[in-house]
Amino acid sequence: MGAVTEQNRTASARPPWMLVVPALAGLAFLVLPLAGLLVRAPWSTLPERLAEPYVLEALRLSLVTATVATAMSLLLGVPLAWLLARVEFPGRRLVRALVTVPLVLPPVVGGVALLLVLGRRGLVGQWLESAFGITLPFTTAGVIVAEAFVAMPFLVISVEGALRAADRRYEEAAATLGASRWTVFRRVTLPMVMPGVVAGAVLCWARALGEFGATITFAGNFPGTTRTMPLAVYLALETEPEAAIVLSLVLLTVSMIILAGLRDRWVSAP
Amino acid sequence: MTLHARLVVTRPAFTLDIALDVRPGEVVALLGPNGAGKTTALRALAGLVPLSKGEIVLDGHALHTLAPEQRPIGMVFQDYLLFPHLSALDNVAFGPRCQGASKAEARRTAAALLERVGLAERAAARPRQLSGGQAQRVALARALAVRPDLLLLDEPLAALDAHTRLEVRSELRRHLADFGGATVLVTHDPLDAMVLADRLVVIENGAIVQQGAPAEVARHPRTDYVARLVGLNLYRGVADGPRVKVGELLISTSERLEGAAFVAFPPAAVALYRSRPDGSPRNLWQARIDGIERHGDNVRVHLDGPVTAFADITPAALADLDLTPGQTIWASVKATETHAYPA
Amino acid sequence: MSRRFPRWTVALPVALALGLSGCGSAVPAGSAATPAGAAKGAKEVTVFAAASLTGAFTALGKHFEAAHPGTSVKFNFGSSATLAQQIAQGAPADVFAAASPATMKTVTDASPATSPKTFVRNKLQIAVPSDNPAKVDELKDLADPKVKVALCAEQVPCGAAAVKALDAAGLEVKPVTLEQDVKATLTKVELGEVDAALVYRTDVIAAAGKVQGIAFPEADKAINDYPIAALPKAPAGELAEQFVGLVLSPQGKDVLTKAGFEAP
Repeated sequence: MGAVTEQNRTASARPPWMLVVPALAGLAFLVLPLAGLLVRAPWSTLPERLAEPYVLEALRLSLVTATVATAMSLLLGVPLAWLLARVEFPGRRLVRALVTVPLVLPPVVGGVALLLVLGRRGLVGQWLESAFGITLPFTTAGVIVAEAFVAMPFLVISVEGALRAADRRYEEAAATLGASRWTVFRRVTLPMVMPGVVAGAVLCWARALGEFGATITFAGNFPGTTRTMPLAVYLALETEPEAAIVLSLVLLTVSMIILAGLRDRWVSAP
Repeated sequence: MTLHARLVVTRPAFTLDIALDVRPGEVVALLGPNGAGKTTALRALAGLVPLSKGEIVLDGHALHTLAPEQRPIGMVFQDYLLFPHLSALDNVAFGPRCQGASKAEARRTAAALLERVGLAERAAARPRQLSGGQAQRVALARALAVRPDLLLLDEPLAALDAHTRLEVRSELRRHLADFGGATVLVTHDPLDAMVLADRLVVIENGAIVQQGAPAEVARHPRTDYVARLVGLNLYRGVADGPRVKVGELLISTSERLEGAAFVAFPPAAVALYRSRPDGSPRNLWQARIDGIERHGDNVRVHLDGPVTAFADITPAALADLDLTPGQTIWASVKATETHAYPA
Repeated sequence: MSRRFPRWTVALPVALALGLSGCGSAVPAGSAATPAGAAKGAKEVTVFAAASLTGAFTALGKHFEAAHPGTSVKFNFGSSATLAQQIAQGAPADVFAAASPATMKTVTDASPATSPKTFVRNKLQIAVPSDNPAKVDELKDLADPKVKVALCAEQVPCGAAAVKALDAAGLEVKPVTLEQDVKATLTKVELGEVDAALVYRTDVIAAAGKVQGIAFPEADKAINDYPIAALPKAPAGELAEQFVGLVLSPQGKDVLTKAGFEAP
């Protein structure tokens, strides 16, 4: 009798194969290409290739631009998410749809669109150049703009979701304690949705790091100024696939280390 | 710090319309069934629900034109809503900080209040590390920390288990007694209301149906809801001297009244018989047993007949009488145990 | 450029590049169905061609289909280097037309092919926006640091040609960007983001008035030969040779010259 019970318990604890099989297939699908890179990497020449100055240069540029683009997305995206989640205004659904446009837009098209607005002859760019002497295309600032354009929706969507899921009664409680709306946002709302903000920022950063299409179209490609890792990978592919593998591995390794570090610190916190 | 309010909140399928006056130091409990509008009334006082009509005047100053954060109120929410990312101390210090106190000053105030509610040693704990009773006390300290003129409590004890509740209730009563401003608390528990409040305001369907001192309300319920809360059988009828006619039944009472009247008697005053008893003239009627349930140490028998009534009997009596639902029996109440008062 | 790549070295990075760019030109879905289609009698020939040939080859494809009823020509236009890697990886191409002998060599080194024949040559021109804001009219104007110049990256044929031409002229030009292909370079001119760029004459003609082309003598030092070859392992071997024949015929020459190419 006891044995039967034990057996029953084991059986019910086993996860259903209807979930496990596709889950493992999905994992393999995501991980195998990475394994492929590792297996086929030119390990013997790796040290010399890594030591080439352009690798470090592109990596540094990628990390700096992705980080600044994430900071910019936080600065603009969190208030935007708050507006979408908390303020009733006509056309809110439309605005929410517009925010996700960069997600569906092919990045190259996004880059062209950015040129049309912020380029030398663009609607805003023209004025930026004549009034402040600022030109964005072909500059590192341009890379940041392109990356933020493509990556910010990830942050906005994540933060908006967190804001919608947050219990608004805590904000009411803060109001009854005399907190102004700004204080409520700063001291109650923001800390409570922080896991969502961090998750969004991580997604945003990862997307910015891998950004290719909008960057090469809007900011161009020049070593040290606008040639980020994905651009370097793409060009290396034209002539030297081994170099592309090395660059990809460097990008993957560095981003994994950073994301794993963040996850330990923030994402897994209960 | 006298509160004078008329609260009108109109919703598609519901209208709240009550007038409320609370003196300084007085604790008024809004009592009513779920959906009666008592929490809406409290939120309207706090400014979390806009008034459709009416006014809120505290000490001669209009409150209803102010945003919640500008009102001199403190509020304790049903599940306390302590900020999960702040320690108990910082939760209490939150209000003073918003009022412009320096960080150190706010923390001093908070520490003093935590001391007062007996939680000085839990100052560093996060809300999720606190027990229910402790969280309730932190919530009270947090509300008092803003030095409110009007204290609002929404079901302050509802989230606690029975044992903790007993302890926290008497403690809360002590703190409310110390508080000099007006207090409005919302509850659906008659015991909480009786113990904590100086005055009960009973709300049903958005309107006040009865108000008065707890003892007065308990003795003279005027609606079925209140009667059930205080555990009385209540009937409305027409009095003619020592008798009140309730439907087909004439109930003899110890009071003499004329005209519309209520008659009330406790379930324990009802005696049950399998066959018609002989003897002294008393209120006697034939009833059908509708249901039987445990009620504390006793058994409550639901009776249907010329009047519906509850009868509380001992388990021994239940066994002796061998009662089952659907059975027809005789019920009686002594005139001396009934209580009649004008409707 | 003259190196052999085992299949695996190419397959993975190509997949990676497609993922990274999100806009990579994929092998046309129809081409995979070629053997099945051939077996049923419907004939199909798949042509991989350099992006600069898009206009001319599309026109030639129509001619070919008209001349061979029941056949259809599928095209995959893209960067020559990318196409070469796709073929080396096993993409079902019947014909390969490259923008440089070097990329053609990648393919012929990896698998047997009919000997490549040069069918056209392309020359560089300076492309400037139609209003020519920087008043560029010869190659040495590009060396002026106030003039914003876009070039193709050295890794792609138009970039290699640009370097050759500038070296021949003894000029030091500092571009603001090194674009991944000639079309992207031209787009920067069309949008006015740069004042000048070195692109092929055929691209200036294809841009139909949106940019202005300026010929320069040093372009003769950097002429690009376009080789074409049929791939014998291809499923539609005979049709492939016939298509190459059409490209080399006077009719083909006529269409290509109109597009701005020069006869070899």
